[in-house]
Amino acid sequence: MTRPRLVTGARLRYDEVREEHLLLIPEGAVRLNASAAEVLELCDGERSLDDIVGALSQRYDGADLRDDVIELVGAMEQRGLVVDAA
Amino acid sequence: MPPRPSTLIAELTYQCPLHCPYCSNPLDLYPDQLETGHWVRVFGEARRLGVLQLALTGGEPMLRGDLSELCDAARDAGLYSSLITAGTLFTRERAGELKAAGLDHVQISIQSPDPEDNDRIAGNRSFEKKVAAARHATELGFPLTINCVLHRQNLDRIEELLELTLELGAQRLELANTQYYGWAIPNQDALMPTWEQLRRGEEAVARFRERVGPKVGVLWVLPDFFEELPKPCMGGWGTTAMVVAPNGDVLPCQAAATIPGLEFANVRERPLEWIWNESDAFARFRGTDWMQEPCRTCPLGRQEEDFGGCRCQALRLTGDAAATDPVCRYSPHHDRVVAAREPPRAGEFVPRALVRGARRGRSDAIRVPSRAHPRP
Repeated sequence: MTRPRLVTGARLRYDEVREEHLLLIPEGAVRLNASAAEVLELCDGERSLDDIVGALSQRYDGADLRDDVIELVGAMEQRGLVVDAA
Repeated sequence: MPPRPSTLIAELTYQCPLHCPYCSNPLDLYPDQLETGHWVRVFGEARRLGVLQLALTGGEPMLRGDLSELCDAARDAGLYSSLITAGTLFTRERAGELKAAGLDHVQISIQSPDPEDNDRIAGNRSFEKKVAAARHATELGFPLTINCVLHRQNLDRIEELLELTLELGAQRLELANTQYYGWAIPNQDALMPTWEQLRRGEEAVARFRERVGPKVGVLWVLPDFFEELPKPCMGGWGTTAMVVAPNGDVLPCQAAATIPGLEFANVRERPLEWIWNESDAFARFRGTDWMQEPCRTCPLGRQEEDFGGCRCQALRLTGDAAATDPVCRYSPHHDRVVAAREPPRAGEFVPRALVRGARRGRSDAIRVPSRAHPRP
């Protein structure tokens, strides 16, 4: 995985009715916690995994979130929700 | 309070250029169709009620002249919209209009991966148009789902269907089982698959998943008639979805109008929120209080897992919509399901609406078999 992006047609949104983050996909929705939503927002097909980890680290006072990011992106890739833009 | 619905199934019209022998739409025309403004209001009400997914379906939704406006309204409301189409009217130009209007996803039906067979089952020359429609969809950046209703006359081509799906660049393949309502009832003997076909189909799907991975999601489940335990129909009655018929009646499932004694509220008279929370039709089989034996004391404790199965199927096979779905091995009527697995081998089916005495092109005016056909 070099430059992750959401699969064609997947859309992140915050549902004000249920007060939760969701990834909307054809005929379905995946519930996300706030940090997962934050990572997926950065999966834009431009940034590399390193860029994503770096951006989050900057946001959270230098915390190393590499393992969390790789785990989440890997799990989403397994489900066909994140693909490689490269 | 009842749970929040996540899906609105908008049946924009029951008119359709195809004549599929398993069509589960009601055989009535529903001439008094909702106008654009009604639908726009309904979409907003649906979102405020919690709906996330909107299925624009029919019949053939492309027959609505205001489809772009409806897609636009769905986007404004914040709904994720899917067009459920036969594809024959999904030209490059109209596809582009719908994309610009904010349509999110396109699902195209294919009756068979073989062109001649497709056209025979669909009852008109449509295969080439469907393939062209699928290409327009992917070229415009729509996520594409291919849907194929499976039955005895196309199940042997499942491998070709999987390859075609891959070649068309679809993200999903929905292998739907024939539901025996509407026009499918008189054709049941010609449509019911065999165990052997299902076994080979399941193996083909497993091989495909192994080879292709998550790039193409394949939805496949055994048909109800070959199961021993029922499925949670519609995710539970009045639990996840609402269906708005072309005339504005709101139903808990597409076939609910077959259940006698249910009265459906209409969006012209009531807000969607009232219909979901207060109406009799949605309350009737919601939860578990309505259940009879053997559901009431289910030996597997599955009341909240399968909700007693499908109400319409229970009605059709037992005469009582509140009975346990006879798919369940604990149902006293389970033998009727078992018997249907080995149908008399009727070879030919009757295409929708082309029945004796009916003139071509008057398909929507015909109201026959669902009531005329004897129930088992």
